[in-house]
Amino acid sequence: MIAAPDAPLPTPDAAAVPAVELRGIVKRFPGVVANDGVDFDLRVGEIHALLGENGAGKSTLMNVLDGLYRPDAGEIRVLGRAVEFRSPRDAIAAGLGMVHQHFALVPTQTVTENVLLGLARPRLRLDLRHFDEEVADLARRHGLAVDPRARVWQLSVGEQQRVEILKMLYRGARILILDEPTAVLAPQEAADLFRTLRAMVAGGSSVVFISHKLGEVGQIADRVTVMRRGRVTAAGVATRTTTPAGLARLMVGREVVEAIERSPFAPGPVVLRLRDVAAESDRGLPALRGVSLEVRAGEILGVAGVAGNGQSELAQVMTGLRRCTAGSIVVDGGEVGNRAPREAIGRRVAHVPEDRTGVGTAPDLSVADNLIMKSYREPPVARRWSIDRGAVRRFANRLREAYAIAAPSVETEARLLSGGNLQRLILAREIASEPRLMVAVQPTRGLDVGAIATVHRLLLDQRAAGAATLLISEDLDEILALADRVAVIYEGRIVGLFDAAAADVATIGLLMTGGSATPAAAPGDAGRSVP
Amino acid sequence: MTAGVPAGSPARAGRSLPWTVRLERRLEVPRWLPFATTLGAVAVALLLSGLVLWVAGGDPIAIFGHILRSSFGSLGVLSDTLVKATPLILTGLACALAFRMRLWNIGAEGQFLMGAWGASAIVLFPVVPDGTPAIVTIPLMMAAGMAAGALYGAIPGVLRAVRGVNEIIVTLMLNYVAALWIAFWVFGPWSEGGFQLSRAFPPEAWLPRLSDAADVVPALSGLTVHLGLAFGLVAAVLVHFLLFRSRRGYEIRLIGDSPRAARYAGVNVARTTVIVFAMSGALAGLAGMSEVAGVVHRLQQAISPGYGFTAIIVAYIAKLHPYGVVVAAIAFGALILAGREIQPSGIPAMIQGIILFSLIASEALLRYRIRVVRRVA
Ligand SMILES: Nc1ncnc2c1ncn2[C@@H]1O[C@H](COP(=O)(O)OP(=O)(O)OP(=O)(O)O)[C@@H](O)[C@H]1O
Ligand SMILES: [Mg+2]
Repeated sequence: MIAAPDAPLPTPDAAAVPAVELRGIVKRFPGVVANDGVDFDLRVGEIHALLGENGAGKSTLMNVLDGLYRPDAGEIRVLGRAVEFRSPRDAIAAGLGMVHQHFALVPTQTVTENVLLGLARPRLRLDLRHFDEEVADLARRHGLAVDPRARVWQLSVGEQQRVEILKMLYRGARILILDEPTAVLAPQEAADLFRTLRAMVAGGSSVVFISHKLGEVGQIADRVTVMRRGRVTAAGVATRTTTPAGLARLMVGREVVEAIERSPFAPGPVVLRLRDVAAESDRGLPALRGVSLEVRAGEILGVAGVAGNGQSELAQVMTGLRRCTAGSIVVDGGEVGNRAPREAIGRRVAHVPEDRTGVGTAPDLSVADNLIMKSYREPPVARRWSIDRGAVRRFANRLREAYAIAAPSVETEARLLSGGNLQRLILAREIASEPRLMVAVQPTRGLDVGAIATVHRLLLDQRAAGAATLLISEDLDEILALADRVAVIYEGRIVGLFDAAAADVATIGLLMTGGSATPAAAPGDAGRSVP
Repeated sequence: MTAGVPAGSPARAGRSLPWTVRLERRLEVPRWLPFATTLGAVAVALLLSGLVLWVAGGDPIAIFGHILRSSFGSLGVLSDTLVKATPLILTGLACALAFRMRLWNIGAEGQFLMGAWGASAIVLFPVVPDGTPAIVTIPLMMAAGMAAGALYGAIPGVLRAVRGVNEIIVTLMLNYVAALWIAFWVFGPWSEGGFQLSRAFPPEAWLPRLSDAADVVPALSGLTVHLGLAFGLVAAVLVHFLLFRSRRGYEIRLIGDSPRAARYAGVNVARTTVIVFAMSGALAGLAGMSEVAGVVHRLQQAISPGYGFTAIIVAYIAKLHPYGVVVAAIAFGALILAGREIQPSGIPAMIQGIILFSLIASEALLRYRIRVVRRVA
């Protein structure tokens, strides 16, 4: 039953029966109606995108389908049969598998062990090699390149995602639910994923695909369903008939204009200066090999690069979360490299970290407690060594309103927030700390289009207010829209530095993947290519 | 997906039944549930204990009635219960504080002993001569007891913070070291006439008791409750304030939930580890001081029937809440007292054990819900 698909293969007349039918799904949480009478159809052999603002109820709906949550009302049919899943285990037995926004792999185990985890076979781990081959074979057939013997902690996020997908395929999933799969992927990895998904649906599988990236929705999905505040606002529209702007309108109920108005570039004194900084990755391999950068007040420096080329480590050395093995990092004239994180915080370095559930928030503490993480040492929140609970509540409520964090109250535990709202919480906290230097890693990951526009405006407001910003992103469009200068990072080195206005996308793209720029393509004074 | 629970087996095993029992992962935990499961677990434990008593030929109702009467039945026994509860409140707070930060300090017993030793040293070395007024002696003993406990608690704290040494092993081992340390002093330097106990403390080193006021209020005569109870109650308020109203407490809760997020927020995790261990040790040390100065009035080997270990259960039942610790400590004080009254005295220990097991088992209810499902053909 394991590798062989349980669900019947679609025959021509069975194709008329939808793979999944949701009717009138209602799911309430204390203080919110996450799903309010939702209908949804997934046809056999299609890729169906699910769109909606942060907190619209997309993840909840799919968790209901996957058996993780039980609906308060409504019915679910899979391939025409009414089902009542009580756990994801039931769902997978019916051929339905979900890959969550946050993965659930065991880091110290190998890929194969993770794939086999929880299965009845093998009883004793005698012949893992045989299973390694089985997994490798499955991976090959679906174009999911990953080494079955590698340990999960050694894998990139993109590879980990492939393992999650392999887990589902190995259990015979014919209906795959992917919750924001591309949020963590580099463009190239996303393209690989799309190729895999297309091959799967061509073979008769069906895919639900949650995303905030309107462009890719048009690219990969056959149809799209849009949700807003727990309800469906557009059901099963063919993507051929839509445009990104039209989708955005359906999502937020109004026109979304990302009119980025930037004040003229008026750089002030140097705020951040990195000199020949070197650092190692978690695995003890060189991650930064002599990075030198300067960011001035009132300037946004974008760091472009494919994930895993030292960006995470770069953000961490600047905020004291990782040791540097060489070089110096100076903020406002004071060294912060190899100092306690407190040093950077004291110099008003804000940090929007890459890992929002592991580093950026404490999941079991309340929204209020999470919002004061950077300000609990100062008035008004702190009064000497005590914490003023009234001030905390006022501060938290103010941020909740100003940044539209959807949560029933500031006493709600952070882990109950939707992915995008968690990101808003982090941004609200970091921006409210009125930073001198903002180190933002993928600040708009997982945000809906409306929220992205808001964050972009906030970053530009800060720039206008004289803050220095280091924007680390894999999204080249975002960098080009916001940054004054663009640095390209590759294998731990800055391989190019350009004026954003004069930057050439093709050249940057080439540098990001290890190619070299021709001197002509690196124009201007600031655009000297640093070897 | 790890959320899947091995729910299939019971369903398959009981093929003939028209329904099946399944465990489901709980995603939403209502606020009242932790309290409800704790109460439920204690109730189940009492039922189970009753069953055992009944099978053993006893009359459970009568026995429980007897336990209640012998620990709460009169002012006198109530006072004795509170005397037993006093060290449990303080050591329970010590555990609750450390556990909040996920520091598994199971060394409250050793820290208790060191606290008792430190307080005794003031009068036995002697640091102050006999006849020094209580107003000087008692605060000195408190300070010495807390300092000794804090230093002893700081050892595993430092090892953990600097070298990442597992604190469970260290604290456990240090309990034995502390017991031997006490033995050395009461057998050797402080032995009175070759007996394994020190000389009695002078009255200025005794914590005041309610019965001390019996000449004014005759009703108080024979009541052994001493000032240590006040230490416990004040400490509970202070620990509550520390955890929920102070910057340090915020840091403790932050580290307890996510050490990586705490580091990101600029918290010095290593330093907080040492400080919390020291505070935990100081609380347990104060318990030791209060026991020698309030009850035993001398240092000897058997000053603790395992208060520091019972404290772990107390903290656990209280869900690491300081005020809950007070309530749980009084309940366990009653059980310990009843142990003196009931033959065989193993019964209260058995009840304690059953309560602990029920509590641990009930944790599962917080994470999973049990559902009885009708079997569909
Ligand atoms: N377990 C839960 N308990 C309480 N509230 C919840 C829970 N899960 C989700 N919610 C709330 O339900 C609403 C919908 O959340 P959901 O995660 O489905 O949003 P989403 O559409 O996936 O958003 P995003 O794009 O930000 O991931 C949110 O307001 C969220 O706070
Ligand atoms: Mg979501």
